[in-house]
Amino acid sequence: MTIDWANFTPWASLAGGVLLGVASALFVLLNGRVLGISGILGGLLPPKQGDAGWRVSVLLGMFSAPLVYGLLAPEGFIKAPQIDASFGLVVVAGLLVGLGTRYGSGCTSGHGVCGLSRLSPRSLVATLAFMGAGFVTVYLVRHVFGI
Amino acid sequence: MHRISEFIVGLLFGLGLLLSGMTDPAKVLGFLDILGTWDPSLAFVMGGAIAVGFFAFALAKKRTTSFLGGALHLPKATQIDKRLVLGGLTFGAGWGLAGFCPGPGLVSMASGEVKAAVFVAAMVAGMLVYEWADRTLHRPPAHKAHA
Repeated sequence: MTIDWANFTPWASLAGGVLLGVASALFVLLNGRVLGISGILGGLLPPKQGDAGWRVSVLLGMFSAPLVYGLLAPEGFIKAPQIDASFGLVVVAGLLVGLGTRYGSGCTSGHGVCGLSRLSPRSLVATLAFMGAGFVTVYLVRHVFGI
Repeated sequence: MHRISEFIVGLLFGLGLLLSGMTDPAKVLGFLDILGTWDPSLAFVMGGAIAVGFFAFALAKKRTTSFLGGALHLPKATQIDKRLVLGGLTFGAGWGLAGFCPGPGLVSMASGEVKAAVFVAAMVAGMLVYEWADRTLHRPPAHKAHA
């Protein structure tokens, strides 16, 4: 293992992480819910009466983030994302993420951030599973198949 | 009031994802490439988020209602089963293929990234496949658990 110092951004990542924590904290304390994005989206498929409004509000807030970020963030912090995966690979990835997050009842936000914050053994197992699978997948793709 | 706080939560969460680097698949894959040239930044995202979230959930567990007066919907499921692990592994494989998890996929779509929109469409399709399979295969009311 070598550390990628050129791309290492501890402070921006820590500050971004704190923002994710603040959002999750506000959500559970004000709205009484766990901020799990896959669950919030999945609960709209299909929408149920009286259970759709809060989900749509959260999603609209997320959709507004790039615009607000563009206005607030200092220059140098605005970087276009680099998406190396081909369209075909992106489709396969999306299908797996959609299926897996619903089958496993959560993703990086619900199990990762909120679940670990509330010391849930169940979420710890889920987080170890998806992190482990992520590490193995990238290892296979980059170092075995060399795509 | 609820709608406003939900929107602000979504906005803060999206800003956190953008600032932290989670919306940049190249950065995510750099973090998952632990045996290659490793960028540890995203460990700081998790650390920052949990440092805040831990106190919020500790406080929430002591309460019976949210600060806006609504019900507390904290997850009740505790079982560690096949669904949880297989779901996590499936999600992790998809995450490692393209570098998108649900939240960043949605935010990058709102930034106007075409591949992110394709990812989200495939993710929604995957979630619909799950809903359909769950309804057809799991007719008996055995499971009804969410993160």
